[in-house]
Amino acid sequence: MSATDIHDPNRRDFLYVATGMAAVVGAGAVAWPFIDQMRPDASTLALASVEVDVASLTPGMSLVVKWRGKPVVVRNRTEQEMKDGEAVNLADLKDPIARNENLPADAPATDANRTTPGKEAWMVMVQVCTHLGCIPLGQEGEFGGWFCPCHGSVYDTAGRIRKGPAPENMLVPVFQFISDTKIRIG
Amino acid sequence: MSEGHSTYTPKTGIERWFDARMPLPRLVYDSFIAYPVPRNLNYAWTFGGILAIMLVAQILTGIVLAMHYTPDSVLAFDSVEKIMRDVNSGWLLRYLHSNGASFFFVAVYIHIFRGLYYGSYKAPRELLWILGCIIYLLMMATGFMGYVLPWGQMSFWGATVITGFFSAIPLVGDWIQQLLLGGFAVDNPTLNRFFALHYLLPFMIAGVVVLHVWALHVVGQSNPTGIEVKSKTDTVAFTPYATIKDAFGMLVFLFIFAYFVFYLPNFLGHPDNYTVANPLKTPAHIVPEWYFLPFYAILRAITFNIGPINSKLGGVLCMFGAIAMLFLVPWLDTSKVRSAVYRPWYKLFFWLFVADAVLLGWLGSQPAEGSYVFMAQMATLFYFAFFLVVLPVLGLIETPRRLPNSITEAVLEKNKGGGHHPAGATAAPEIKG
Repeated sequence: MSATDIHDPNRRDFLYVATGMAAVVGAGAVAWPFIDQMRPDASTLALASVEVDVASLTPGMSLVVKWRGKPVVVRNRTEQEMKDGEAVNLADLKDPIARNENLPADAPATDANRTTPGKEAWMVMVQVCTHLGCIPLGQEGEFGGWFCPCHGSVYDTAGRIRKGPAPENMLVPVFQFISDTKIRIG
Repeated sequence: MSEGHSTYTPKTGIERWFDARMPLPRLVYDSFIAYPVPRNLNYAWTFGGILAIMLVAQILTGIVLAMHYTPDSVLAFDSVEKIMRDVNSGWLLRYLHSNGASFFFVAVYIHIFRGLYYGSYKAPRELLWILGCIIYLLMMATGFMGYVLPWGQMSFWGATVITGFFSAIPLVGDWIQQLLLGGFAVDNPTLNRFFALHYLLPFMIAGVVVLHVWALHVVGQSNPTGIEVKSKTDTVAFTPYATIKDAFGMLVFLFIFAYFVFYLPNFLGHPDNYTVANPLKTPAHIVPEWYFLPFYAILRAITFNIGPINSKLGGVLCMFGAIAMLFLVPWLDTSKVRSAVYRPWYKLFFWLFVADAVLLGWLGSQPAEGSYVFMAQMATLFYFAFFLVVLPVLGLIETPRRLPNSITEAVLEKNKGGGHHPAGATAAPEIKG
């Protein structure tokens, strides 16, 4: 091989590229633990599901439990609240998706799809505004549902976003009635 | 300017010994004693020095506060109260540190507006300007994380809202947010990492300040006329002229700072932050520290979807865009004249922009409802129009006033007009600020 023959890839070029590649992979392997340690740790991820006794909730009453560090509201809705929720035209909704983790991801945001079959009076919902994570106030705002004081998002009686900057309906977490008066969240 | 023009002559044996091995005395002499500065610098130019001492003061008070503070979500709030009540002089150190952050931002805003008014960002000072913008970004990150540490209600909910910005990013947003928080909500892991970063970032700022000053000493200071230094008569030596002027500016600034520390220590804070953080209850009205309010108003002004971009992402993009504008200023401004002194239209728009920024700040402190939303939208529109329309267009259509031939000529003209200095009594060759 002639020394001036620098245009053809030769063994030295291969070694340069291979060394460079190894250095990049090595740098990535070293960097990863430094990024990885920032993710939620095992104790945070250990999501003991929460069981809630809702026997004492008569229509119009709510309670809040802490789950994954966030408040989850359980509300026994009044007849009027359910009627208001059912009367809404889906075309008027800012977010037409149910955002219910118990249903397929594309389920429409009907009032029934925001609750669980046979227990339509009960709203179980992560009470965190989908805008920037504030806690909306219950039974406030012009739709009689929730109102976020931080940036003015208004939710209806089924926790669906109706006005303001929030993009999505509030999340319905995985939950089930394990008896008539007990709910398991998570 | 300092390159290759050293006038330093070591006088003693020790100085000669150092100069031959590590010419630190020469560097100090060339940078802070013999360094030539334009003779017409006004008091707006003293804020660089003021910022330097504020950074040092924040680092000093911060280090001693860290000796008494506990970064744990259960103990943090009480440890801050302990600093206030039990630690000797703790109340003073904490008030110095918390008000020091505010005054750091007062100084940096004056410094930035001075740069905008006198066109200090124009070639060859673009890099100097961008390094300043980076310092400003680092200051914002530091200020935000510092505000979280007392673990009051505003700490907690401010952190929730601001880390919530990142969840607006499509696809990877939630992952990034969890990476920042170390969980699904602001909690102990968040507090721990914010404390570590709050301790780190000021030293990174100090590092970028070194680059900022380095870049400054290569291109030299701008000045109120915006005309480059042309001859030796256009300059005076840094010491004593700039040194004494900077020192006087610092004194006045620190005097006002001390007034706040001793007589209005909580004026710039929020009473809700004296309530311990509660993850289940949002305060009725969340506001960030005053120095973020204009950007907060811009964030909240976007209440509508823009095509495929939803209102949340739109708000976050506008807010970061508002800061990004500063980085682009050197290339957005098309004018050949630097200083607003010679640009009548730019001067008008500059002051409108200042008024707009103050208006946005006020709107950011108000609830996001009713006519406030519309006003914030209009003010946001003007904010972006100033950078994206006024700066490029004005440079092309504006007729600037006649520029003096040199800084010296400008100074002599002004002194003649003002009549403050009798002829021949120009021992202090500066104009009044």
